[in-house]
Formats: sequence, structure tokens, C-alpha cells
Amino acid sequence: MSSGTQAKDLVDDGEYKWGFVTDIESDVAPAGLSEDIIRFISAKKNEPEFMLEWRLKAFRAWLKMAAEEGEPDWAHVKFTPIDYQAISYYAAPKKKDGPKSLDEVDPELLATFEKLGIPLAERAILAGVAVDAVFDSVSVATTFKEKLAEVGVIFCSFSDAVQHHPELVRKYLGSVVPVADNFFAALNSAVFTDGSFCYIPPGVRCPMELSTYFRINTANTGQFERTLIVADEGAYVSYLEGCTAPKRDENQLHAAVVELVAHERAQIKYSTVQNWYPGDKEGRGGIYNFVTKRGKCAGAHSKISWTQVETGSSITWKYPSVILQGDDSVGEFYSVAVTNNHQQADTGTKMLHIGKNTSSTIVSKGISAGQGQNSYRGLVYVAPGAEGARNYSQCDSLLIGDKCGAHTFPYIDVRNPTSQVEHEASTSRIGEDQIFYCRQRGLTQEDAVSLIVNGFCKQVFRELPMEFAVEAQKLLSVTLEGAVG
Amino acid sequence: MLLRIHDLHAEIDGKPILRGIDLEVGAGEVHAVMGPNGSGKSTLAQLLAGREVYTVTRGEVTFDGKNLLEMPADLRAREGLFLSFQYPIELPGIANSYFLKAAVNAVRRHRGLSELDAVDFLVAARAKMKLVGLREDFLHRSVNEGFSGGEKKRNEIFQMAMLEPRLAILDETDSGLDVDALRTVAEGVNSLRSPDRAIVVITHYQRLLDYIVPDKTHVLAGGRIVRSGGAELAREVEERGYGWITGATESSDGMPVAAA
Repeated sequence: MSSGTQAKDLVDDGEYKWGFVTDIESDVAPAGLSEDIIRFISAKKNEPEFMLEWRLKAFRAWLKMAAEEGEPDWAHVKFTPIDYQAISYYAAPKKKDGPKSLDEVDPELLATFEKLGIPLAERAILAGVAVDAVFDSVSVATTFKEKLAEVGVIFCSFSDAVQHHPELVRKYLGSVVPVADNFFAALNSAVFTDGSFCYIPPGVRCPMELSTYFRINTANTGQFERTLIVADEGAYVSYLEGCTAPKRDENQLHAAVVELVAHERAQIKYSTVQNWYPGDKEGRGGIYNFVTKRGKCAGAHSKISWTQVETGSSITWKYPSVILQGDDSVGEFYSVAVTNNHQQADTGTKMLHIGKNTSSTIVSKGISAGQGQNSYRGLVYVAPGAEGARNYSQCDSLLIGDKCGAHTFPYIDVRNPTSQVEHEASTSRIGEDQIFYCRQRGLTQEDAVSLIVNGFCKQVFRELPMEFAVEAQKLLSVTLEGAVG
Repeated sequence: MLLRIHDLHAEIDGKPILRGIDLEVGAGEVHAVMGPNGSGKSTLAQLLAGREVYTVTRGEVTFDGKNLLEMPADLRAREGLFLSFQYPIELPGIANSYFLKAAVNAVRRHRGLSELDAVDFLVAARAKMKLVGLREDFLHRSVNEGFSGGEKKRNEIFQMAMLEPRLAILDETDSGLDVDALRTVAEGVNSLRSPDRAIVVITHYQRLLDYIVPDKTHVLAGGRIVRSGGAELAREVEERGYGWITGATESSDGMPVAAA
């Protein structure tokens, strides 16, 4: 991979070794990636030594992967190679001191949130949702912290967690997704600037749904969010992640990592609505979304549930997975992925059954319209010791028009004879007769499509929290506007 | 005149199906259109409802004085034209109540009426379901999915009752129904007869017309209306088949074959 080799060359050549002077006052790091940039990010964020070491370890792993193999190329997506030296890896908001409350937040910033339909304060209060808004890599507003603190829940930006709870960060960071896990996870580990951190102490049921809105704003700033959620014994948390992004001309890289840890009898429900800019009708300018999401059911009777609605990005490369390590643990994956115009999605899950009597459910709904390409890629692995493991997978594809594609790549690797694995798949097309039937009852063509699509996705939508489900339905209608000509 | 069809010619894939239909239906009237298989009955029904696979090559259709052929299918529906489908379409995952409420409100908005909220809708739906003998749990099932033939047809009439069309076209509503279901459906339709509503019953057999007695009967053959009369024409067809009108014998589909 040329860009990776280039990165390595630059470091080897020493071009940046002495040539690059860390300017701690600078708000934006110069484009490029090197050990110095990583030191700059770490210094900028005033991180303890272990974090820097961890980042450097990840960076070296990434360099090795970049030099040896380059970007992973097994996914069913096509894109021009990314020039990692052209990306700026750090951008802070203009304001120098972090705001202590919403009043101190730049009104323009708040206005942008408004436009996105996220009136932060009101919405948070009305919905009882704590919002840790991530804007250009650095958290600018956190609400409801006190209320959560009362029950001992820690919900803060990742930077804050590094400052105030370094022992937790040290213990869990990289425990589910190791630094060298894959190309994009390694890159994220090296350069991530912020994200969310959440810790639910033993026996606590988090009193509200936790929510973070990610948003990409500054041009040419790769986004490398890091999320870590730990539910201690018997704890419960529901976490919502929603994304939008404004129009943009260049492709933007987004490589997030999300790690979940569920201890004994703990439950984590993680819901995502992803609506990043998908590019224009010809596919120009969309977001590249290369995300690593993984949860570990570390304790017995624990449960991790992923629900995702993916309508945005020009490329989605994402496999929220569960390591079912504790006995009787449960993993779930509910997904709706939509590709329209020239969007490409290669998404699915991995359910790794290690503990006894572990069970997992996979429900994947792929919708392709325009010239969109939609692939489900999933692995169900049952380890030799996973007595009585059970999996049920269902993968349905819906095609709108005749230029799109749907592909299913289910991998099943079963090494225990007492396990039960079921896989069902279907592909259907929105029928002209279905649309005519709806129109004959007075619905417009667009309402008809949206109705049929929502019916198709119902199994997944009902797993979403109510507010999110409504948003997801609207999003789907908007995404597929004009898909049936 | 609510519906006026004049010299209507239509084809599909270059193949002529309708070859000059003339038909006028006034408000409050019930017309039966009968005819052997392939005579163009269903084409006429679907074309009037706005199905785009047919090409009108000649003629005109007005609905309450407006040019029907210029309206898209959904506008025709909102203007009050309802088609009861011969083969109602399944919509998996979409609850009957959800679908019908969306449809009812689309029509109501168009008529300048306020939209029904969930409670009003449920009250109205309960009352109308009784007309066709459907139970309430039926509202929560997906539209037509896994319905028996009889349930599908009853659902069509239930939808008609809810949408309160000015013109209802019933396309082979009797097909696939046993005698009891046939009676239930027919009673439902009869209860919807009103001075400001027209109903066109399209059927191959006369038996439905024992229950829904038409004001006028038309026999369609070869894409033309070859004979019109009153309710007695339907009985004549029942006794003698279509051959004596169309000039051909028919035996392919179990109709009694009459001497030509």
C-alpha cells in the first residue's frame, strides 16, 4: 500500500523526526502522521505516560500493517487509496478554555446543533437524555453529569476519563479491541483525540439513556473517536449514538473504535443511527466509515445488544461483534443498512461463542437502491468448549430498482457438536404491484416506498428506543427519496 | 354523470385489449360488467384505477367532469375512486391499522377534512369491521399477509367502507369465496350503497349479482361492451353462457356451455 509505505518512509527518512516542531498552542496539527504527531496529540491532551506508550505501540503496529499489507481489501467495497499523510490528526474548537456549561458554548456551534435537529439543552431535558456532544474531536458540552454521579455512573469525554479515572482507562482500554487488531483500529488507537467513556458501577441501572452525537465538521480532519463502556456486575446501560454530517467535497475518513465490557449479569444495549454524508448522486464526497465495534460478555449471564441503522456514508465497513466469553451470556445484533446512489456497505457481525450455553441472535436487513451495493458479512464461531451454544441468524435483502446489488457472506465455524446454528436468508424486491396497491389507497409513491421499507425493517426498529425509532423511520424515508422513479 | 367512458382504446405491449368502450355510470347506480375470460374486464378496472402498464391509444374518461386519465393513481384514489383488487397484495410487516389509517388520512386531507387520530380511527374501524364480520385482532396483522382468500376480499370491502369512495370498482370480488363468505361480502357492499356513490361490479359469474342486484348490466367481449341491459341480463348470461352474445362458445373455465 503506497500511502502506508510512504508513511514509513517519512519516519525512516527522519524528515519529520527533527523537522517538525510541536506547537502546543496550535489548534490544528499539520497534515501527516508520525511519532511526533502522536506525541503532539498526547501532550496536547496532557496524557499520562501509559497513554503515550499505548499510542506509540499502536502506531508501530499500524506502520507494520501498512507496510506489509496495507488497508484491508477483503470487503466488498471499492475506493481510491487513502493518503494518510494528507490528513490532519488533530483539530480543537476555536475557543481556548473549555466551557463549563452550555452558556459558555460558542453560539454558532449551538446553532449548528440546532440545524441538525439537536437542540442540546432542551432535548436533553425533555428526553431525559444526557448528551455528551463530541464536536471536532473535543467535547464541548456535557450535561446531566451530576445526576449520573449521584448513582455513581461515570459518563464523560474520553479525555476527562484519562485525566480523572486513569486506572479504569488503563484497565479496560484495548481489552476488547487490542491495538493491533486491524489496520483501522490500530490507526485509531494511535491518533484518537476524544470520544466517550462510561462506567456503570456494580448493581446500578443507569437512570437514563446515554447519548452522544458525533459530528464531523472541519475539512480534512480525520475523525478517530474512541468509546469505552464498562458495565460492572449486575449493571445496566442503554447507550445511543447518532450521527449527521454536513456536505463536503472531499472524502473523509472516519475510523472509530467502540469497546464494550459487560461483567457478570451486566447488560449493555448500544444503539446507533448513522447518517453521515453519503456523497452526491455520483458518489463524490461522502464519508468513509471504517469502524471497529466489539463487546465482550466477560461475565456469566451478561448480555450485549447492538442495534444499528446505517443510512449514511459513502462506504460503511462495520461489524459490531460480541465475544461471548461468560457462560450463559447473550449477544444480539439488529441491523438496517441502506445504500442508495453509489453508496457501498459491507457490514455485519461476529458472534464468538466461547462460554457454555451462550446464545446469539442476528437480524440483518439490507436495503439497496440506485446503484448501491450492500453486503452482509457475518461470522458465527463456536469454540470447542462452548457446550450448548445457540445462534439464530436472519439476513434479508430488499432491492429497489435494478442497478443495485445485495450480497450475503455468512461464515459459520462450529467446533462443538452440541451447538445449534440456524441461518435464514431472503432477497426480495419492492414490487410494482405493492406500490400500486398503496397508491390505489391514496398514498403517494414516496409514502408507499417508505411504508414498505419500514415494514421490512420493523423487526430491527422495535429494538430501538422509541425516540430513535421515530427518527430512524424518517431518516429512511429521506434517504430513499426518489429511489423509485 | 360521475363516470363517463367514451370510445376507450387501450393496449399492453402493443397488444390491443380495449377496443372502444363506452360506459356511463351515475351517482347512486350499481352497474355490473360481465364477460368471459380475456374480455378485458380486469384491464378496464386496473386502467381506471391508474395502473401504468396500459397505454390508452384513443378515447377519454372523465370522473366527475375531470379528466381521469391525466391523474396519477394516488390522486384518483384521493378523488374518491376505489378499486377492490381481484388479488389483494400482501404488505409484510405493515399492520392493517397502520396502513389503513395512513390511507384514510391521505384521503381526508385531500377532502379538506381533519385527520383521524388513533382513537377516532379505532372507533370508526370497529364499526366498519362488523359490516364484513372481521374481528379486531385483524387490525394488528400485516396487510393481507397469510390471509385466507375470504379474509382478503373482506379486507378490501372493509377498506372501501373506511375510505368512503364516490366510485367503487369491485374486480372479481366473488372469486375464491364460498357461499357464506360471498353473502357476507355482498351484504357489506349493499350496506355501502348510497345515492351519492356509484359501484361497478366486475364479475365472470352471475352468482354475486344474486346478492348485489345491479341497476344495469353490461357484457364485455373482445374489448367492447357488446350488450347492455338490466339485472335480467345477468340471469340470462347465467342460463345461456356468453356464447349467444359473443358468438363463440366457452368451455375453458367451467362456465356452462350454451349453444351458440
